[in-house]
Order: sequence, then C-alpha cells, then structure tokens
Amino acid sequence: MKGITAYGVYLPRLRLNRQAMVEANAWFDSSLKGLGKGERSICNWDEDTITMAVEAGIDCLSALQEKTLSGLNLASTTAPFVDRQNSVLVAEAMNLNSQIRTIDIGSSQRAATSALIAGLESARQGNEMMIASEHRRTKAGSRAEMLWGDGAAALTVGDEEVIAQCLAVATNAVDFVDHYRGEGSDFDYDWEERWIRDEGFMKIVPQAVSAVLESAGRVAAEIDHFILPTDQARTPAALAKKLGISPDAVVDNQIASVGVAGAAQPLIMLAKALESALPEQLILLLGFGQGCDAILFQTTDRIERCRPDRGFSGALNNRREETNYHKFLSFNNLVERDIGKRGEVDKQTFLSGFNRRKDLLTGFIGGKCRVCGTVQIPREKYCVNPECRALDSQDNFSFANQPGTVLTWTADRLTFDWSPPAYFGMVQFECGGKLMMDFTEVEEGTIDSGSRVSVHFRIRQFYAQRGFRKYFWKAVVES
Amino acid sequence: MASGIKDKVVILGMGCSKFGERWESSPADLMVEAFEECLTDAGIERNQIEAAWFGAGIDAFNVGSSAMPMSIALRLNYIPVTKVENMCATGTEAFRGAVYAVASGACDIALALGVEKLKDTGYGGLPQRTRGVENDMYWPNLSAPGAFAQLASGYRAKHKVNGDDLKRAMAHVSVKSHANGAKNPKAHLQREITEEQAINAPYIAEPIGLFDCCGVSDGSACAIVTTPEIAKSLGKENLVAVKALQLAVSNGTESGHASWDGSYLKTTRIASQRAYDEAGIRRPKEEITMTEVHDCFSITELVTMEDLQLSGEGKGVKDVLDGAFDAEGSNPCQIDGGLKCFGHPIGASGLRMLYENYLQLQGRAGARQLSDPKLGLNHNLGGFPHQNICSISIVGPYGQVGSA
Repeated sequence: MKGITAYGVYLPRLRLNRQAMVEANAWFDSSLKGLGKGERSICNWDEDTITMAVEAGIDCLSALQEKTLSGLNLASTTAPFVDRQNSVLVAEAMNLNSQIRTIDIGSSQRAATSALIAGLESARQGNEMMIASEHRRTKAGSRAEMLWGDGAAALTVGDEEVIAQCLAVATNAVDFVDHYRGEGSDFDYDWEERWIRDEGFMKIVPQAVSAVLESAGRVAAEIDHFILPTDQARTPAALAKKLGISPDAVVDNQIASVGVAGAAQPLIMLAKALESALPEQLILLLGFGQGCDAILFQTTDRIERCRPDRGFSGALNNRREETNYHKFLSFNNLVERDIGKRGEVDKQTFLSGFNRRKDLLTGFIGGKCRVCGTVQIPREKYCVNPECRALDSQDNFSFANQPGTVLTWTADRLTFDWSPPAYFGMVQFECGGKLMMDFTEVEEGTIDSGSRVSVHFRIRQFYAQRGFRKYFWKAVVES
Repeated sequence: MASGIKDKVVILGMGCSKFGERWESSPADLMVEAFEECLTDAGIERNQIEAAWFGAGIDAFNVGSSAMPMSIALRLNYIPVTKVENMCATGTEAFRGAVYAVASGACDIALALGVEKLKDTGYGGLPQRTRGVENDMYWPNLSAPGAFAQLASGYRAKHKVNGDDLKRAMAHVSVKSHANGAKNPKAHLQREITEEQAINAPYIAEPIGLFDCCGVSDGSACAIVTTPEIAKSLGKENLVAVKALQLAVSNGTESGHASWDGSYLKTTRIASQRAYDEAGIRRPKEEITMTEVHDCFSITELVTMEDLQLSGEGKGVKDVLDGAFDAEGSNPCQIDGGLKCFGHPIGASGLRMLYENYLQLQGRAGARQLSDPKLGLNHNLGGFPHQNICSISIVGPYGQVGSA
C-alpha cells in the first residue's frame, strides 16, 4: 500500500475568545460557562472551505520536491457549491494542470479518512492530494459553536519518498445517527452526548481498530499516536484505555486553542502528529461518522526531513485574538446586519466574462513579455511596457507565490465591506508586476508604503440572491 | 501642421445653476436654469444654436441615456445633439465638442451643457456603481476617497513628508476653498471652516477626512461658443477666447508598469504641458492668473499644483501652507470655492469651473473678483490616480496674451 509523502495545514488567523462567547450567551444557557476556556479559530468574512483548502494545499506542496499531482480530492461537509465541483476550483487556484483527477467527497465526518483510504489503495502512479476543509455554521449560543473551529489540512499520498507508510486500513460502516444535517438545513441536529459516547464511540470504534491492528499484525500497546477526532473532550482517553493504547499516545484535539474542524479534523490531527513524530513510530488515525475508518501508518526516516512552510504549529501560532462575538455572528450570517445602501449594489458575475478571465481570477496568472521581459498583471493584448507595446507577446506568469511591497494604500470607511474599513492599495511585486489589490487580515497601524506582502486566495463578494460567491487574490502584510 | 485651438473660438455666453441639494429640482429644471442664464448672457435666440453637446456622467441616477433628455428639456430645434461621458472630465468634454465644431467651420454657434443629479441616491458621497463587468471581478471595491487617499500615501512615501505636515497642508487647501466659497452665492457650501475642524474631522479613507472631500451636489452649467468674428458682429466686447483645450487619458501604464510610483498624476503632467504649448505659455507660474482644478479631495489639489508646474516637485506642502494658492496668493486656486464648496455634479463641473474663469476675465465675479486676471486654467480629473482622464482648458482675453 501507499503512504503519505507530504502534509500541510491552514487555520484561520482569527481566534475567537470563548469568554466573549460565554458573556454573550450565558444569560440564555448558563451551562456554556463550563466551555468558556481558550479560543476557537473562525473564518474571516472572506474565508471559506475553498480558500482554506487552497492554503492547505499550497502548504502541502511546499514540502514536495516533485509538485506534479495525479489527483486532488476535497473532503468537506461545507463545500460552498452543491453543483459546481469544488475540488476543481481548488485545483485551478493552485494552478494544477487540467489532466488531474478531481473529486469532491462529503456527507460525513469521515469523508476525509474514506477519501484517504481510497487514495492509499489506489493503483495510480504519482502523488495524489487529499484536502479536507471545513467551515460549519452553528446556531448562536450552541455547544457546537463553543467547541468547533474552522480549518483545513492537506496530504499527498504516493509510492515514493514516503514519510509515513500505510500498514493497514479498516472500515466499520454503521448508520449510527449521532447527528445529521438534512437537505436545506443550515445547522446540525444532534442527540445526547452520553449516548453518542457509550453506544457510538465505545462500540463502533473498537471493531475498526481491532480489524486494522489484526490486518497489520500489530497490537494496541505499540501505537505512538492515537487520533480520534471528536468534540467530546474525554472520549479519546477513555477509548485509548479501553483499547489498551497508552494514554501518552492520545493526540489532543486542540479544542482549547482551535476547536474541532469537522471533516477536516482527522487530517489536521494527522498533520499535527506527523510534525512531532519520530521515525518508525505507529500512528493510528480514526474517522468517526456513520461508522469508523481506521488507518494505521508507520513513519519512515524521511519524516524529520519533510517540513511544509507552515505546518500545524505554524498555523496554530499565526493567530490574532478576536473578542467581538458579534463580528463572528456577522461573518457567519447569523444576524441580519444593516449593510447600508452601498452594500446593496449588485455587481453580478457574468459567467462568460468570468470564464475568459479565469486564469487571472482563479489562478492569479499574469504575463511575461517574450520581447522585453516585462512581467505584468493582468495580461493584456499589448505589453504594458511603454518602450515595448509588443502584441500577443506574453507567456503565462503566475503571481500566486510572488512577494510584493505596498506602494500606496488606504483604509476606506465609505465603501461597503463586511469588515470595515476596507484596506486596499497598489502592490508592486518584486518580479515587476503591479496591481491594485484588496488587503486582508490587516491590523490597524501595521500597514504602510513599503510593507511586505504575500498574496492569498480569498472571497471577494457574495451574491446571496443567486447563491454565488466570487473569489480573487488579496494581499496580506507579512508580520 | 495643425496649429491648435488658440483664439479660434470665443465664449458668447455662459450660465450656471445654483449648486446644492436641489431636492425640489429635476435634471431638466437644472438644465433650464443654466440654459436661460446662458441664452440671456449670449444675447441670442434658442434657434440660432446649430449644434449641441450634452454631458452627464452617471445615467443610472440622472437623465437617462442619449442626447434626448437635453434636447427635450431645452426644446432644441431638432439640431444635432451629442451625448458625451468621460467621467469627471465630462463637462469639459462637452465643451470640447462644441468648440471643435465651431473651429472646424461646421457651425457658427454651438452649445455645451453639463448636468448631474447626484442627490437622488439616498445616501451621501458619490453613488456606488459598477466599474464594468471585468473590472468588477477583481478591482477592490474602492470609493472615490479610497482611490485618492492612495495618492496621499504615495506622495508621502515619495517625498518623505511627515504625515502631520501633509494633513495640515491638506487642511489648508480646504480652509482656503471654504473661505472663497463663502463669497459665492451659487456655491453649495457657503461657510468658512477652520484648520482644526478639517484636521480633526473623522476619516473617510485615511488620511482623507470629511473636510478633505468635496461636496456632493446637484447642478448644471453651460456655454455657448462661436467665432471671434461672429461675437464681434453681435456687438460683444471683452471676448473670452479658448487658448488651449487638451485631454490625456491613461493607457494602463500607471496601473500596471513600475515606472509610476503613485505619487503624482501622469495625465495632468502630459495634458497641461500640451495645453501650455498650445496656448504658447512658457512660464505657467508667472502667466496663469488663476486655476480651477479638480479638488475632488484636498490631496488631489495639492499634487495637481505640482503637476501643473505651479509648484516644484515635492514643494506642494510648503507652497500650500505659504498661501501661494489662496485668494491673495501668487496663483489663486478655486477662487469660486472649487469642487469643495460647489460639490461635484460630474457632468456639470468642468463647465462650472469655466464659468468662474469666464466671469473673472469679464470682471463680473462680484466679491470674488481678482484684479486684472489674464489667463485662467481649468483642470478636471476623471477616474482614479492610477487610471484617469485629465482635461485642461485655458481661457483668456481674445488675441491679447500668451508669450508665444
């Protein structure tokens, strides 16, 4: 069987302080006070399952020497499009070639582990990427709102230069309905926590674990990293004890610092375990949802050499505290905010026009002039260089990984923005191109002419009346 | 070899409506108000007008598309009327059409009129609107102050200006214009402000505060033009002639090529130099008496002073603070109060600015009258610092001045 060849992680920078959540909601449900520790990750208004997936995918690619992929799978229960393949949008934003196999997988909290099993068992050559990304909406003042977080992780699966070899896989497929989200519903509906623990985790997981250990000829006591994604804080340790797994092997679900990221949680936890794992260690990864997937890995001596640009700890540490609970409600469309008349203006995306400019809009592709060498964005018919003006002379040039500096900027308090003020300005890329861009994740007082920026795929606008959202690249000031 | 427009066309008459929040007036009402004054001033009948150019910037909030709204409002005599739109340069663009028509000999008397009804949007500031299908897909959702605030950041970085000094100079620009506007009964805003008020006003788009922004108004202005010979035959004296009429339009270099640093307005430099050449002006600072420039924001006026060569590069802050462009300064700017006090009904502004220079040159500017004005310059800037349309027109006494 194949193994893991690289991993990457993305967590939104914003972390909502749980005490602020408690203060806003404990008047209604005083039991929330018991959950008021730490913080959770929250998507900024311009982040979603797609943008986080792109970030995680790019982070994963950074750890690979050979960056050509044979496939890209996107696992999520919160993909923004029901009928427009989300994975191919992610693939185009990552500038992957169009021969790649792309698949969306969802409908379950074990979507990612099921996709991973399929990838590990596949006979196809080359590295295949598995991305899991989740941005779940929750009812205000709910337990889920307190315990969950947003995030994404990516892995590549292949035959060569493996950092964690898959030893065995097993599945126990059971329609155990601990929760569900029906068609047309915005939110999950769940059943009693203690019942889920006793009749769900404690009965369904052991069968899958026994099967995978037996298949690999290993025993529970050998496991060095035990990953059970769940928002039940004590259940992983309880299960480890029941299964005979060392309590030291239990990988913390990071509820206190990130929150549980749904279908993305198994891969985020796996990336975290891989980051700290030593060679020749055993990692047991579980995915729980209408049954249980179990995957047993053994790390190789390459494990310590594989380091993505960001990884789990990089993502965890790239944080900014948010104490405004109402901002979180707004970002997730949980309150009907008065956005003003400027917010009402309809700038519909004309799909034919979008399609013509897709290389720019999704891939952030500009041009490089073959005649004079000038790099430019957007790519137009004539070269932008006043001394050149050659016709049809430009080759594709990706700006997606190009550093730049702020030439001009402002914080606009008049125009509509979901998180005012709207920061934007002219970015001069080191490679030579120049473009007026939105800035995102700006902390007041940290931006000026000369600030260094990197670029990131983000949401530009929502069209609630048509169920569409528009993406483009934005600049983020490097700290 | 073309010789340019200098002294080929004169202004026969002009009119300008009261600018302001004209809740009670329709675009047609505003057009008629300016037109009636203009006809009376020109001393001709409606049916003597042979062609007309109609400027309106934002159809969606205004009179609708095409030239018909003006032809109907003014009951023009089935003459050719052309609708023009070139962002904030629209008023001057309409004037250009009429002037070129007369200069070509295609007609003897032509009309240019601009109008805009901005106050029917339901909110303050310029209306939020599309930038075009393609631009909307990736341009920031920038407001006009957001676009021009970047000019301040670019200028500050380029000339290493202290932010407080720049803000104080910007405040001076607005204080000066309000002082001028207070003397103008047609201005929207007719009260003086203090430097402290301007500096301490809330930010609209950093570092642009409320008083760094021009007003938002309804208004209309128009001009009737003819040849010097016909004007004389009609008994006109003190003829005000067109000395230069230039337009420069961005071609994407500023927005996409590293050669532009965001600290100045490239089109203004190009259009003004062409205009000086056309008018035979070699020393603009000495020869231009007064300017009406596109002070959509205080920073725009400050930078424009440099781009028009009325201030040295990087010297704008000092010259502004020294009062060089105040009413008593060496080159008075916005002697009528500018966009700052008139507001900026887009299609009307270029013609409203021309109206002030016309009145000044004829000695009819009342409490604002400058002594012995020679040449007046109008400058409009449509769009944003990185992509824009600049128009420059220069007017002066027919046949008398200009060093060439």
